[in-house]
Amino acid sequence: MTNGLSSYFTDPVQWAWAGVLFWLTLGFAALLLQQVPQLLSRLVFPLGALGALFIAGVGVAGLLLPASAVVLPIGLPDLPFHLRLDALSAFFMVLLGGAAFGITVYASGYFKSMAAGPLALLALWYHLFLGGMVTVLLANDAYAFMVAWEVMALSSYFLVTTDHKVPEIRRAGFLYLLIAHVGAISLLLTFGVLQGGHGDYTFDTMRLAEMTPFWASAAYLLALFGFGAKAGMVPLHVWLPEAHPAAPSPVSALMSGVMLKTAIYGLLRVTFDLLNIQIGWWGTLALALGLVTALYGVIFAAVQSDMKRLLAWSSIENIGILLAAFGLTLIFTTDGKGALAALTLTALLYHALNHAFFKGLLFVGTGSVLHATGVRHMGHMGGLMRFMPWTAWLTLIGALAIAGLPPLNGFVSEWLLLQAFLQTPGLTQPYLNMVIPVAAATVALAAALAAYVMVKFFGVIFLGQPRDPALHEAHEAGWPERLGMLWLAAGCVLLGLFPAQVISWLAPVVSLLTEQSLVNDGNWLMLAPVSAERASYAPLIFFAVVAAVLLLTFVWVRRVYHGRVRRSDPWDCGYPEHDARMQDSAEGFGQPIRQIFEVFMRVERETPDPFSRSPHYHGASLDKAWFIFYAPIARVANWLSEQAGRLQHGRIQWYLIYSFATLIFLLVFTTR
Amino acid sequence: MSTGILLQLAQTLLAILLAPLLMGWVNQCRAWLQGRSAPPITQPYRTLKKLFHKDAVIAHNASPLFRFAPYMIFACMALAAGIVPTIANDLPFSPAADVIALVGIFALARVFLALAAMDIGTSFGTLGARREMLVSFLAEPALLMVFFTASLISQSTELPVIVDTLAHQEFAIYPSLAFAAVAFWMISVAENARIPVDNPSTHLELTMIHEAMILEYSARHLALIEWAVALKLFTYSALGIALFLPWGIAVQGDLAALPLALLAMVAKLLLGGAVLAFIETISAKVRLFRAPEFLGTAFLLAVLGMLIHFLLEV
Repeated sequence: MTNGLSSYFTDPVQWAWAGVLFWLTLGFAALLLQQVPQLLSRLVFPLGALGALFIAGVGVAGLLLPASAVVLPIGLPDLPFHLRLDALSAFFMVLLGGAAFGITVYASGYFKSMAAGPLALLALWYHLFLGGMVTVLLANDAYAFMVAWEVMALSSYFLVTTDHKVPEIRRAGFLYLLIAHVGAISLLLTFGVLQGGHGDYTFDTMRLAEMTPFWASAAYLLALFGFGAKAGMVPLHVWLPEAHPAAPSPVSALMSGVMLKTAIYGLLRVTFDLLNIQIGWWGTLALALGLVTALYGVIFAAVQSDMKRLLAWSSIENIGILLAAFGLTLIFTTDGKGALAALTLTALLYHALNHAFFKGLLFVGTGSVLHATGVRHMGHMGGLMRFMPWTAWLTLIGALAIAGLPPLNGFVSEWLLLQAFLQTPGLTQPYLNMVIPVAAATVALAAALAAYVMVKFFGVIFLGQPRDPALHEAHEAGWPERLGMLWLAAGCVLLGLFPAQVISWLAPVVSLLTEQSLVNDGNWLMLAPVSAERASYAPLIFFAVVAAVLLLTFVWVRRVYHGRVRRSDPWDCGYPEHDARMQDSAEGFGQPIRQIFEVFMRVERETPDPFSRSPHYHGASLDKAWFIFYAPIARVANWLSEQAGRLQHGRIQWYLIYSFATLIFLLVFTTR
Repeated sequence: MSTGILLQLAQTLLAILLAPLLMGWVNQCRAWLQGRSAPPITQPYRTLKKLFHKDAVIAHNASPLFRFAPYMIFACMALAAGIVPTIANDLPFSPAADVIALVGIFALARVFLALAAMDIGTSFGTLGARREMLVSFLAEPALLMVFFTASLISQSTELPVIVDTLAHQEFAIYPSLAFAAVAFWMISVAENARIPVDNPSTHLELTMIHEAMILEYSARHLALIEWAVALKLFTYSALGIALFLPWGIAVQGDLAALPLALLAMVAKLLLGGAVLAFIETISAKVRLFRAPEFLGTAFLLAVLGMLIHFLLEV
């Protein structure tokens, strides 16, 4: 140990911790800057964005350099923080930093009109939230992990309830907090099982512990429940469609794009790193849960009319796809198909990265729409492409990417996952041979439905005629917002066009978890994960050909013919009257899906009387899971607390009698 | 390699140029079967020529997306036509996009068409977009499953490899492929907006799907879309032939076989077009909400095909 500063900050893990400290300092400095609110948006958030870029850089370094660890003398006596940065943490740090940079740049413009006091608090929670997430990724003992996990949960709770004067937002915040803590208890128990009675909660000893299959399964199930609650796995998903719309848009973007991924990180960490045995049925369970989640999420996304709620349901779908990929990886690992496990894990990591970018982009896009129009209900929008072209075109990139269309990034991860399904025959468990084709079909169905959802999302908000006259005053987002969106959109495009590079960067993570690496049989242009004979995809060539044909056609049509255009009223089959209300509403566009999948929903409909002077329509498709799982639990909890409430009368005599009776009881009890 | 590229270009150009002819042939057959006097087989070309010469009429509130979409759709379909082996199997471009990417190209074109349909904000446009997405959300995964069945047999998602394997198959017919073939027929009918899912020759408001989406288009934009529709029909026919009747296709480097392959292709297309017209004549269009049932059946059949492959391992 040399002395002085030179011994600090030599390893990536210490740089990462420095980044966390920087964010914490920035957060508390924001509190002091309340008097100068301009500085908050002009200085604190841009600096926070730089911090995110730094974290992403450290992540890249962590992918290239060997794992490094550090013990920090903070926390309780005898319980220091153990931090460690290996390839898995490093990958998720790249994801976090990359997405958080764009979102934070966006936030610096988005929050500029907020009042100074709330903004300072928001900046504090925002940076604590970022720091908490990085610490979750770095933690190398259960204690540090849980502290960071709680910092993340609590700071995001305060961010969700930024508009705490609205009762629905307080309710959404409560639900989020509740489920986050039910999950956290489960995680605490997971670590309790993992330490195996040694009393040593560092991950290093957990890695070495020999577990019996029973206890390993117990730990896995607890972890699946705990992380599933954070990720939004069905049936623990109910908080997502409430909390995401309630939070300010950059916060929704961070929660959906990044925070949900920390749960995926945790699941990978516990299952593949801390547990040293894996059992086949774990994978089947995760696969089944993932497929149900994916399908359930996308069906509900199709029937939403609130744009942010729609995106929240779409996040549930994507978490389902990630879980399914996770389950498939487990199945392949336990079946001894290392190369396939590597392929599936690559698909999982790639999709997680993609989702951070396109979901971040879409959420901040809705933020700009919300600023411009003041509403979240898509039934009051339409035609915004003409008033806010930047937001519209950039959001279009995100929408096409999430719909899994080539040559953008969503397609690449979907392609990789489908390839994994195709290489499957010959598993040792015969029942899996039945499950796999059905699973592939479900994933394909969810992906196709995602395209439906995105056409609805983009079409109803940005295309058509404005459904509200006030929309003609909608203003375009400012420059910081545009820059933030541009960064995220560029991420979607580049991740889509250069998959071969991305996969080579993912290789250390994949070989860390599966002890196998994925060999790209193609070149830098071409992605060929198994062999070039079996499958290949070259997005850059694909893109170049489409662009070339497009240009050629354009030039040819203009050259040979003409470019004359006349403007007139829409034709619409000759109907003379046109009204914005004749377009499909958000409910109308989702109606076929509602009709087909009505079994999963409780549909509320309130149609107007034909002679009503002020007709009012209300329609909602509610989640049946709420009524099946949650309402009974809530009723039981209410009933129990009511019973307990009978003891409370508010009269001092009664309470004295209670104390007296208890005392007598205890005396009798102990003296016997 | 250079002959490969030349062949690739020639095949793509041939597909683009001949696609309207297939459309004309189907229309002619249909007219004959229905006892009408048939339009000449070159009628689609005349229509295209007429449309290209006209002035485009565009709604006041159309956004740039509306004008961009026809070019995008045309480019996607041209690319799709380029990937599918029609006469030769030696396509240097095909490693860039396999069958999954092919499904992606169709989806890309469809999403742009649906978005363009919603752009003007007319009742028919949004109606068409909604119905198109409804039809496609079942048709697209079903198509993917059909391709998967073929890929599992040939151990590859590359179309040339699939076609090569199937052209030299050991079985007369694979049980899994039989299911896939039926599913593929149902999907092609739906995706190409033919009876019984959609009717290409109606502007009756209650039944339109595809036509409702392109109501606002005129002149060169409409021409490009119509051409893309013809290309799509051609591509689907070529796909069906390549997957289920691949005999006679020229294998790699065998230039002498090309004329024969071309002849075989034309014969198969003529036959296929006639069969399509025949089926369209004898069947009636189903109600819109029966369409998901129709496509659900297709999806189920395709998944069954894949399951059978997994179970029988052939």
